Amino acid sequence: MDSKNPPERRFVRLGETERRAIQVWIDGRPVHALEGDTLLVALLSSTSHLRHSEFSDVVRSGFCLMGACQDCWVRDEQGQRLRSCSTPARDGMRILTSAQEVEWARLA
Amino acid sequence: MGQARIVIVGAGPAGVRAAQALVERGVRPVVVDESRRDGGQIYRRQPDGFKRPYAKLYGTEADKAQALHRSFEQLQHRIEWRAETLAWHIEPHALHVVRNGEAEVLPFDALIVCSGATDRLMPMPGWDLAGCYSLGAAQISLKSQACAIGRRVVFMGTGPLLYLVAAQYVAAGAQVEAVLDTSASVLRLRALPRLAARPSVLLNGLRLVASLRRAGVHVMTGVTPVEIGGSPQRGVTGMRVRDRRGREHAFECDAVALGYHLRSEAQLADIARCEFRFDAASRQWLPRVDQDGRSSVKGMYLAGDGVRLSGADGAEAAGRLAALTCLADLGIERSDRAEVVQLRAALDKMERFRLGLLQAFPWPHRAAAALPDSTVVCRCEVVTAGELRTAVSELGACEINRAKALCRVGMGRCQGRYCGHAAAEIVAHAAGIPLEQVGRIRGQGPVKPLSVSALAVGGAE
Amino acid sequence: MNSRHFAADVVIIGGGIVGAAGAFFLRRRGLSVVLLERGLVGQQASGVNFGNVRRQGRYLPQLPLAHRSRELWGRLPELIGHDAEFTVTGHVRVVYDADGMAAIEKYAADARPWGLDLQILGHSEVHKRFPFLGPDVVGGSLSPNDGHANPRLAAPAFGRAARKAGATVLENCEVLDLQKGALDFHVTVKDGTRVTAPVALVCAGAWAGKFSACFGEPVPLVQRGPTMGVTEPVPYGILPVVGVKSSNPADDMYFRQVKRGNIVFGGSVRNDAYLDERRAQPRPGNTLLQLPHLRRIAPALANLHVLRTWSGVESYFPDDLPVMGPSQSVSGLYYAFGFCGHGFQTGPGVGDVMAELIDRGTTSIDLTPYSVRRFGETIGAPQASLATV
Repeated sequence: MDSKNPPERRFVRLGETERRAIQVWIDGRPVHALEGDTLLVALLSSTSHLRHSEFSDVVRSGFCLMGACQDCWVRDEQGQRLRSCSTPARDGMRILTSAQEVEWARLA
Repeated sequence: MGQARIVIVGAGPAGVRAAQALVERGVRPVVVDESRRDGGQIYRRQPDGFKRPYAKLYGTEADKAQALHRSFEQLQHRIEWRAETLAWHIEPHALHVVRNGEAEVLPFDALIVCSGATDRLMPMPGWDLAGCYSLGAAQISLKSQACAIGRRVVFMGTGPLLYLVAAQYVAAGAQVEAVLDTSASVLRLRALPRLAARPSVLLNGLRLVASLRRAGVHVMTGVTPVEIGGSPQRGVTGMRVRDRRGREHAFECDAVALGYHLRSEAQLADIARCEFRFDAASRQWLPRVDQDGRSSVKGMYLAGDGVRLSGADGAEAAGRLAALTCLADLGIERSDRAEVVQLRAALDKMERFRLGLLQAFPWPHRAAAALPDSTVVCRCEVVTAGELRTAVSELGACEINRAKALCRVGMGRCQGRYCGHAAAEIVAHAAGIPLEQVGRIRGQGPVKPLSVSALAVGGAE
Repeated sequence: MNSRHFAADVVIIGGGIVGAAGAFFLRRRGLSVVLLERGLVGQQASGVNFGNVRRQGRYLPQLPLAHRSRELWGRLPELIGHDAEFTVTGHVRVVYDADGMAAIEKYAADARPWGLDLQILGHSEVHKRFPFLGPDVVGGSLSPNDGHANPRLAAPAFGRAARKAGATVLENCEVLDLQKGALDFHVTVKDGTRVTAPVALVCAGAWAGKFSACFGEPVPLVQRGPTMGVTEPVPYGILPVVGVKSSNPADDMYFRQVKRGNIVFGGSVRNDAYLDERRAQPRPGNTLLQLPHLRRIAPALANLHVLRTWSGVESYFPDDLPVMGPSQSVSGLYYAFGFCGHGFQTGPGVGDVMAELIDRGTTSIDLTPYSVRRFGETIGAPQASLATV
């Protein structure tokens, strides 16, 4: 197993792939997802993590998938926060998974 | 004379059956759920556009799932259905909800809280790495999104759900590297008398284990978790455990599904000042209810996994019983004595089975004391076992809320859902006091994070 | 039943920041101390407040006390071995209109002779220095050497330091009775513990009025609960503590970002508080009322989520000043309570001043404004006993 680089994706689709294709952006990169995906699944089908832990150098990829752990919050390019496991993925969503910059406070 | 206003929180098995009982008797309750759809967790619906049949999604429970969903569909136009609505706070006779950033107050004469449960977690080194999920999450990703949480999954923990989800993964074509149960298999034998209270469930369980072994999945019991290996950037790469004889085993994997039974979501009951009692069998605090679902607060009823972890069938019975009790208490309709007796008997049976499950698959509380100091206990705030022990030994914390105030455990986004139990065990062990004395993290509003953009509508202040 | 009996120079009733700091400073002066706290040190107002360590905005004659306390905050690590996360970030009071501007300019001018140097910032400067401020802000007043600390840690740290210095700090000790004998005070605790001391210091916060009434000095102390909340953590970028100066009390919000990134906020509306409840929640409607005011000061906060709200039992006098100083009817009895929601900053200083007063019979701080007798005769009948606390 490649122990240097993060995996390209985390979740594995086992079926139900005949759904309408949609496109979401992750860190400025367009990726393919399916209508009916949660935002979390749309993201983790094309990348390995959702965000950075605030208090350690560990990246996070969600935990409970039922809206309880609050570990899957992501932010979009407008600075809005979305709980990805309980948010449907919509065509055109633009999500950032990199560690947030201090400039957040200037988005007045 | 206006109709009594009855609000139900939760549209899972308990909430749906409660609503049904009320509608049958001419009442139009308000039903609130955070999700878009009914079904709760166990009977969670797949989204529109997904085509798998019930048998594939719910296996042996397909008939029950279908029946519950059908019941809700029939009820839907006879209730005030508030989907995607979070109950974030509560005051006497006023439930505070928010939907899409709009905050509203729902006044009630009676409230039936069917808030369900989450997985119960015992931390282990590496459980905060990307790729480690709860058992419930592994099931949800499959049931609701037709995904596996990784290419090679290890299942670790204890309880029937461990085997169920692993078997579901195998059946769906996912790769399961191992199923690792912390409970020794001999405990199941000892629990048989209680487990026999529900023979069909017991039988299903045995079939699941057999199917896993047939599929060549490595199944181990009586294991001691050692470490989830991996790296901060990469996430999970492996799992190490020790077997009953103390020999170490390692498994390569890119995902771990971790869980030890369930813990009740009881924040609303706590905020509403319901009394809680310490359940010694499961070593957790649960809201006190009488046999018919009355909490200690007049007008507040509790049913389902949010108060007694008796599973979906128990939740359905408890929901119905709580609703009938509520109607009788409000003077709307006297309960049918025979039905109440029957429902109580069903719940007693579930309770015997629950105790059997706890005996067969106990919460491994000693693992908390054995956690290395560097183990993250609070995932949200990244508080380690060592920091928690320091709060006890150097800062004098021997109660969980004090420990929280001094070292931040439980202060993060999840508000103690996933760290609270293990943290209390660590404090008890470090302070040398019984777990009950350590108390529980007290519930505070909002029940889940509330947007600073929330706008009060309709006189919500 | 306990049969412990302690005798000391001073018995302190109430283990908030005042009592804990008082115990610490009395020990440094060589007096023996027993501190009795009904719950755990720092659990009440001292532990639930906003955490502001500010001098700006105070009643001007209180500034000498606030300066003295500020000096102690700066030396906390050296004094008690713990910094309670005290950070000098500055404190800025922003305003929304010309009246507000006039008010802060007047305060700045009036405060200068009292030793507080404030910087008045006009429209463009306040926005340049603090780009997170919303467009309605027209100016501000900055106190560069004020800051904030963690209220959950401060009083417990003083309590541990007091213990380490030799004070007997007894938690979970509810005082049932306080009596003055011929020479000494006799305290009876619920678990049977007894304490005897020639001097008693009552700093039991919202509950202190019951004690003062027993000694013929009732006071019009009312309890109120603050509406507090905290958000999820975000990158640390807002340094000063931010408050608002406005003629509309609803505008009066304040917030501070802690180094870990969470934003603690409070203000605008208060809640009822009950003496028989030791934990309190703010009304959810009150939290909702706060949110638009918060967004007005710093619009970027609109994207964040509140994780938790809390309240507590703070106590207030009609003139917004505490009771501090000796009893006027009983010798050896001292009071320090009722800090009207702004007693965190002054806490260490008050402990130090009361220790000085008890030790030397006098203090350099003028306590006249804080006399227990200043309320006149129209208070109401003294309580017969402490049993209703």
